[in-house]
Amino acid sequence: MTDNNKCFIPIGPYHPLQEEPEFFRLHVEGEMVTGIDIELGYNHRGIEKLSEAKHFDQGIFLVERICGICSTSHPFAFVNAVEDLAGIEIPERAKYIRSVVGELERIHSHLLWLGLAGHFMGYNTIWMWSWKYREPILDIFEKISGNRQHYAMMKIGGVRRDIEPGDIPWIEKSLGVLNKGLDMLRGAIMDDPVIQARTKGVGVLTTEDVRNYCAVGPLARASGLSIDTRRDAPYAAYGMVDWKVQTYEGGDIFAKAVVRILEMQESIKIIDQCLARLKTEKGPFAISVKEIPAGEGIGRHEAPRGECFHYVKSDKTNRPVRHKVRAPSYMNVATNKKAVVGYHISDALLVLAAVDPCYCCTERVAVVDDETSKTIYSGHDLIKLSQNRTKDIRKRLLGK
Amino acid sequence: MNTAKASEKIKEKFANAITGWEEKNPKRVYFQIPPASLRELTRYAVNELGLRFIIASGTDTRRTIEILYHFADDNSGAVITARIVLPDKKNLKIDSIGDIFVGAMWIEREIHELLGVAFTGNDDLRHLLLNDDWPKNNFPLRHDNDR
Repeated sequence: MTDNNKCFIPIGPYHPLQEEPEFFRLHVEGEMVTGIDIELGYNHRGIEKLSEAKHFDQGIFLVERICGICSTSHPFAFVNAVEDLAGIEIPERAKYIRSVVGELERIHSHLLWLGLAGHFMGYNTIWMWSWKYREPILDIFEKISGNRQHYAMMKIGGVRRDIEPGDIPWIEKSLGVLNKGLDMLRGAIMDDPVIQARTKGVGVLTTEDVRNYCAVGPLARASGLSIDTRRDAPYAAYGMVDWKVQTYEGGDIFAKAVVRILEMQESIKIIDQCLARLKTEKGPFAISVKEIPAGEGIGRHEAPRGECFHYVKSDKTNRPVRHKVRAPSYMNVATNKKAVVGYHISDALLVLAAVDPCYCCTERVAVVDDETSKTIYSGHDLIKLSQNRTKDIRKRLLGK
Repeated sequence: MNTAKASEKIKEKFANAITGWEEKNPKRVYFQIPPASLRELTRYAVNELGLRFIIASGTDTRRTIEILYHFADDNSGAVITARIVLPDKKNLKIDSIGDIFVGAMWIEREIHELLGVAFTGNDDLRHLLLNDDWPKNNFPLRHDNDR
């Protein structure tokens, strides 16, 4: 406590629940959040420096370890960058396989987010459903790559494994079941008056804010800004199949959820078309790349959280002299400075999670009275607080 | 507006300042401008042309430090990159663009701690990624730190 009215709530930074750890310090007056400080760096591993000591093929495995959730996003952007540098055109079959992997990842990442958002709101059914439908996606990954996470599919010049034609009918069947599940989830979430009351008008980011913070991905699209690297600068098979960029107006948590749900169904459309082409498309799934020339290359991939950017500079040796990585959350997390302020503490968890950077810190939330050093709320209590707020709204709206 | 146009417009407007122009392919344009033109270029690119700032990346070229400012033209899918070579490695300074849009604040802090470049006008150059007790004048991405 700094003065009579102001109190700080530290959120984070250790023992992440989800992805990378971050530290948020909420400034609160009573129940209202009046400011926020964000600290990063708890998970800084010096990947850019490490990459300078790895040859280009090792670099793919290195950047795959940046994120455990969207583990193909960084390799995808990295191979795009190296291929841009060397002027490599990959085979058609590899393009389709890359897009299938990229979209499967988007679906599982969005379902993971949706489940946790449901849990924070006290809708554990949504949590269970989302994660139930996420499971078949991981099974598909296991079938394709042998791994449920860290699929190691990307390779300079193509992909490391083919999708066997014999597996395609089974994959299509799994996606069909998932699509029905998504229809049900979409209805359950978009038509629920309590969820609407809880999420509409909360954590609003205007188009102006998005531009100012240079935010990307579903966050930008939920504020009505139609940007998507897959459409704007087509790579892999994204320019060869029919799909639409999903946007929504409002910029609140509801809009962010809707964009993600609609995007998953677009992803299924993309995967279905790619699989159909893979049935007939013959040819290699990778070409051999012997040497990377000197020069610079930029690769981008629309990861589940937004545009992932890699810059690679080579001096004709087998290692990059500079490798810059910019993950989408780098831009998106900063928007919390706008989105959290002016709302309830019980909404803060949801708003911070709506960015989908990490729920990481939320498990470690504690409200501590500075003078007495007594813990007022633990992380568990804050999730409870958030869930109780939903209960109150439900009572008010539905009388039960 | 198509790609060529955004980069062509920059080429035309900053004809006197641009010292190197490379069109690697239709979607990738690199050009070099002096540090003094950075703010004007950024304002023009973001406010007038509607380009989106992706990120900046600093590189130690051994002789000095160069900073690349990457802008995306989402209408055409091009990435337009401005290269700024800082003239004096002993006195690394460049104007901040954090007041033009907030999105540049963090990367300036990052380049400051990893490469030792001072951003004039950015008051918040605290460590972003490194520990607070990281040794002074040790910049991890500089090659002159290598032992």
